[in-house]
Amino acid sequence: MKKTVFFGALAASTLVAGLAGAGTLDDVKARGELICGSNTGLTGFGAPDASGNWTGFDVDLCRAIAAAVLGDPTKVKFLPTTGETRFTALQSGEVDVLVRNSTWSFSRDSELALDFVAVNYYDGQGFMVKKDLGVSSAKELDGATVCIQTGTTTELNLADFFKQNNISYQPVTVADDSEAQRQYLAGACDAYTTDASGLAASRATMPDADTHIILPEIISKEPLGPAVRHGDNQWGDVVRWTFFALLVAEEKGVTSANVEEVATSTTDEEVKRLLGVSGEMGAKMGLDNDAFKRAIAAVGNYGEVYARNIGEGTTINLARGLNALWTQGGLQYAPPFR
Amino acid sequence: MAMATDVPKDSFRLSMLVYDTRYRSYTIQIVVLLLFAMAVAWLLNNTAQNLAARGKEFNFAFLWQRAGYDIGQQLIPYTNDSTHFRALLVGLINTLVVAFWGCIFATILGVIVGVLRLSHNWLISRMMTVYVETFRNIPLLLWILLSYVILSETTPQPRDFRVTDEMAAAGEAPAASMIFFDTVAVTNRGTNVPAPLFERGLGSVDLGFVTLNLTLLAALAVVAGSFWVNHRLVAAARAQQEATGVRPATWWKSILILFGPFIALMAALGFHLEVPELKGFNFTGGILVAHSFTALLIALTLYTAAFIAEIVRAGIQAISRGQSEAAFALGLRPNRTTRLIILPQALRVIIPPLISQYLNLTKNTSLGIAVSYLDLRGTLGGISLNQTGRELECMLLMMLIYLTISLIISAAMNLYNRSVQLKAR
Repeated sequence: MKKTVFFGALAASTLVAGLAGAGTLDDVKARGELICGSNTGLTGFGAPDASGNWTGFDVDLCRAIAAAVLGDPTKVKFLPTTGETRFTALQSGEVDVLVRNSTWSFSRDSELALDFVAVNYYDGQGFMVKKDLGVSSAKELDGATVCIQTGTTTELNLADFFKQNNISYQPVTVADDSEAQRQYLAGACDAYTTDASGLAASRATMPDADTHIILPEIISKEPLGPAVRHGDNQWGDVVRWTFFALLVAEEKGVTSANVEEVATSTTDEEVKRLLGVSGEMGAKMGLDNDAFKRAIAAVGNYGEVYARNIGEGTTINLARGLNALWTQGGLQYAPPFR
Repeated sequence: MAMATDVPKDSFRLSMLVYDTRYRSYTIQIVVLLLFAMAVAWLLNNTAQNLAARGKEFNFAFLWQRAGYDIGQQLIPYTNDSTHFRALLVGLINTLVVAFWGCIFATILGVIVGVLRLSHNWLISRMMTVYVETFRNIPLLLWILLSYVILSETTPQPRDFRVTDEMAAAGEAPAASMIFFDTVAVTNRGTNVPAPLFERGLGSVDLGFVTLNLTLLAALAVVAGSFWVNHRLVAAARAQQEATGVRPATWWKSILILFGPFIALMAALGFHLEVPELKGFNFTGGILVAHSFTALLIALTLYTAAFIAEIVRAGIQAISRGQSEAAFALGLRPNRTTRLIILPQALRVIIPPLISQYLNLTKNTSLGIAVSYLDLRGTLGGISLNQTGRELECMLLMMLIYLTISLIISAAMNLYNRSVQLKAR
């Protein structure tokens, strides 16, 4: 009798994509490294220096988050993203947080399913032109060729602005800031438009910065801030309150230099909670109690970060303006640390 | 004793699925098919789950929303109030235009280079070898960037064309001037060429999403009609030649038929050229051919022509020398030998790989994104995708469109290929 061979039944395993069950905070802690989506290179905001270290206003926020979560501001990997790739990188989990001069808008909150957790820079869209063009207002740009970065809100604002003023323009769509600068400097476009802060940063790196002017019109609101994936509220809270901690620190006069001393000597209850001397603020968020103290010690308070990277006296030379603390007539306002 | 009881009954057992060669191939095929279906199902399921996890749904409704962005080069009317679908159409047309001209120029250049590479002139054949090897061994993207940078960095800015009052008083010429009797201006943004205008144009008909330009249609109809009449004239001349041995002179009739009606139509419509003029920041009037288009077209042409040259060379070399020797023995002149003996046979070898090159060129137009050429990849797969966040829909739609274009080109070329194949009689 012939031996019957039986097939092993095909194990129709339920090949279901393992969606990240754990939150981003646990992932970052387990990995021991924060992956931060950054600009491909915008001086003052996020760019590698000559020796490859990332520096800048947005970069410092990433370092503060790393210091708060992991206790070490150097445990950050910066992943350069373009205007086109940034949101996909965040959605797909390639980066933990996106701090890359990204504008908070309705459709990005709803359709792109992102959460902008704070505004670290209040900006608006402006135009830069060469001085010898003889233009003093954006409304005189009728018929001009304008360089514009693709995948940005500025692209849409530009179309709206020219339509409202009933003037025409020729768009030249470029992928990133460096290509825009090349085209602008070569004269392939008459004007370059992006966030006013970005224009100032670009101008600072140009060989003859004085021959370019930024026109007075600010044609839009561009609240720039860190973004996280929609639905991960715990991680969103960590990013949001790390930023607010830097704001509160400035408000209370806590700096990277005096943070240790203040922690021992302060009598202000809010500062005590901020620095983890009293209360369980850090622990409530899944962090150490001195998490925010570490963040402040690592990068300084908001004012220090601003002054070091983009403030007056740097090559970018941006006045605080809207980004002054609310106590000084600006918009930067942190909810109470309670 | 019946035979039937002696023969063991050949009943089907499960093991035969593996050990019996009659069934084994079916087993393997079914298992592979099942695995493939499972892989597809897993992918679909994965996609659906991930979409659900992000709170996204799969739909194409965004195509009918306002696009909100502007496109530099557009061949059909488009404003930022148009829909994303309209932007898709603008991009698609930009893709097709560059692919169409690219295929034509690449074929012309490729055939010339391919033939010259077989030349007995040592210098010419070596130069063609250098050209072919240089272009086909360096990535296309670099050629596109190179031609774009050369075009935009070496040409003058629009304001260099301006004559200021002081310059006019001093009798100085501006730094740059227009060419071709002051009708064409090459700036670092593009080439401004005159636009054809009609005083008494026929207007246009709006067919919902496309507008038909009646003037253009009339011109095309007249040209097509002229060619048809000319074809009949030549056919009649040939018939007479075959019947009587004397070919009647047709050249002046041909010229009259080919150009007469067209010129008459142009005169009737009041044809004139609108010459570009420097006004404000840029030249206005006329047509602006952006450098992104020119650079993409030049790079695609030079790159693909190198491949086509090799195909043409292979096709010609595939024809045995005996064929041309036989033709010479019959007294045919070299150009007639090429036209009547070599090329018809070489085409059989040339056409199939040529189809692949046309498809490659068409797909390679998507590299135009590197020089800001807003083709299908730039509008649907670039800005629309970004502004709406509908990656999956945009990518699938874009793949479907490229697939359709490629299949159409392939089908058309296959038809042509069939017509040039040797007819078995």
